Amino acid sequence: MSLRKTSPFLWFILPAVLVITAVIVFPWAFTLWMSLFEWKIGHKAVFAGLGNYTELMGNRRFLESVAHTLIFTALAVAAPLVLGTAAALVFNQKFFMRGFLRGAFVLPMMATPVAIALIWTMMFHPQQGVLNYLLSLLGVGPSEWVYSPRLAIACLVMVDVWQWTPLVMLIVLGGLASLPADPFEAAHMEGASRWQTLRYVTLPLLMPFIMVAAVVRLIDALKTFDTIYVITQGGPGTASETINLYLYLQAFSFYQIGKASAVVVVFFVLVVALSYLLFWLREKSKYYE
Amino acid sequence: MKTKLQRRTVLQAAAATSAMAAAPGGFAQSAFDWKRYSGQSIEVHLVKSPRGDLLQKYQKEFEDMTGIKVGSEQVPEQQSRQKSVIEFNSGKTSFDVIQMSYHVQKRQFAKGKWMEDLRPLFANTPPEFERADFSAGGMFYATQLDGRIDSLPLNLDPWVLYWNKELFAAKGVAYPKSYPEIMEAAKKLHDPANGVVGFVGRGLKNANVPLWTGFFLGYGGNFFDAGGKLATETPEAVASAAMYRDLLKNTGPAGVAGYNWNEAQSLFLQGKAAMWIDGSGFAPPLEDPAKSKIVGKVGYGVMPPGPKLQVSATFGDGIGVSSFSTKKGAAFYYIMWATGKAMQARMLATGSGAPVRLSAYRDKEAITKLTVPVDWLNAVGESMRIARPGLPIIEPVTEFRDVFGIALNNMLNGADVAGELKKATADFAPVLAKAET
Repeated sequence: MSLRKTSPFLWFILPAVLVITAVIVFPWAFTLWMSLFEWKIGHKAVFAGLGNYTELMGNRRFLESVAHTLIFTALAVAAPLVLGTAAALVFNQKFFMRGFLRGAFVLPMMATPVAIALIWTMMFHPQQGVLNYLLSLLGVGPSEWVYSPRLAIACLVMVDVWQWTPLVMLIVLGGLASLPADPFEAAHMEGASRWQTLRYVTLPLLMPFIMVAAVVRLIDALKTFDTIYVITQGGPGTASETINLYLYLQAFSFYQIGKASAVVVVFFVLVVALSYLLFWLREKSKYYE
Repeated sequence: MKTKLQRRTVLQAAAATSAMAAAPGGFAQSAFDWKRYSGQSIEVHLVKSPRGDLLQKYQKEFEDMTGIKVGSEQVPEQQSRQKSVIEFNSGKTSFDVIQMSYHVQKRQFAKGKWMEDLRPLFANTPPEFERADFSAGGMFYATQLDGRIDSLPLNLDPWVLYWNKELFAAKGVAYPKSYPEIMEAAKKLHDPANGVVGFVGRGLKNANVPLWTGFFLGYGGNFFDAGGKLATETPEAVASAAMYRDLLKNTGPAGVAGYNWNEAQSLFLQGKAAMWIDGSGFAPPLEDPAKSKIVGKVGYGVMPPGPKLQVSATFGDGIGVSSFSTKKGAAFYYIMWATGKAMQARMLATGSGAPVRLSAYRDKEAITKLTVPVDWLNAVGESMRIARPGLPIIEPVTEFRDVFGIALNNMLNGADVAGELKKATADFAPVLAKAET
């Protein structure tokens, strides 16, 4: 039997297969291959087997960067979900200038992350920043903000939350608009209070949308590089060094391509594992099942 | 008030080699065939800096003189370093000429033999090029361990002590003459209640290392012992790191662990810091009324002597020809012009850097046109005399700065000085061993 007769569809998918192989499969395979070498740019590549991986597993700084990434991600996902959902519930109500205020609320999301990071850097400045000035108006003493190793991650999360809460709000608002009216009418007829309606009707119905927002935020938060690089460069010391920062340092400051490739592979596994976890939670949250 | 130029000092300074007197003048005066490569085009990769601005500003002069068309770009330092390494490693560069930083790229470029050895090209140079006019410090940086000269020095950057004369006078404090006096003065001038700190400097990891190494050298420290072993946990290293920590932590601004030069400069030019130690290139913004509140009040001082040595940690830039260039002749013409007497005099006059050519410091016109105080020139000249490389000349210098930068940063946040140096030395030793084998 000829190929043409049995599988004509193969010819249609061939271009896509070629493109995907060239831009996704090959780079991945090559990264995986490079991660097996000890290779610094300008030096000979030496096959190291899993040497880069075993080195990473015993590397305290790398493990700390994984911990920082997980802490940053957990906070930068959870806080916008709560605040974004609350904002969506507010903006779903009818009130004066709602359209204008909705527009104003989503503005941070539209700005360039590097520009935002530069402005926040100035605001965080312990001596000349506006944040300490505002604290002084409230009679509160100055803070070191991102210049303190204890506060650096929390401050970076604050910037991320400020920028990305509007995204969650938009997704949840879209979900609210598409909810069926029947359950709300039933709840009303059963005499449910506003809180009970929110807790037992609105939020369960919204959960699939919130989970979509969570997946989007998770991937975004894990990838965060620009704002952290501009504001703290992973410091003070290594207090806010995430995997991305560590990876950048290995690849583009130290030119350790083999080790950097191994970091990429580990990071990829982490992203996939966390994404699957959220997808699984999303499936579990579907109200019609 | 401008101080009279200490001419002898300046001459001695730049003259680490014996100066060969020569009348400054333009290249075009000689019979040398500057039109030899007329019609060719070259690409020049510059680092974003006042030197880069200057070269681009006068680029047309070179094009008119040689008939060579120049395409030049200025790229920020970090991005420039990445771009150059990736392009060199690929075996093909988009540029024929590249500006390099000696303290980071010298050994790296040498290992790959990425830059053209210029020695054979020196045979065909105009008389006014005069290689002996380059200071010994500059040529030391430009010469590789194997004797290859694969770049020409463009400028040196000795670290100086900027001090706020008004704040010093208000508290009756004199300019420090030793390391303990720096500490003492910083304590007396530290007045956080009025928003003034006694001292400001780099605390940010990586960027902070030269401030410490300057002290380290003054304490008599060397990066390596006689056996070539890393000597960064010696008593000199510990004492200098303790000085670094105490100065910044006890008399510096809150959050200094996140300060790079720009934050330090910002505080100093607001009149909120009494002393600041950093590279010599900050006079233009400090004397610019649009940016600075302390115009005319800045003192430019030479680093006071340390317990063992008077040292100014010094860094430098050079410019060379890519080994992969197909227009090496035209590219060499460009670097002859870029490091020539006229351009070096312009660099001095505009305060864009500290020239490496001795003739620039004798150029009356340049000195007359000086747009920054003569005090600055005196400080730079004196500093050149006591200049020492501020970082070890090794390939993994970025890793050195990273590892020790984090250690210094941790010290500012309360970690033990000796413990941090011990850990940093242990972390860095294998990196060094691997890179240098």
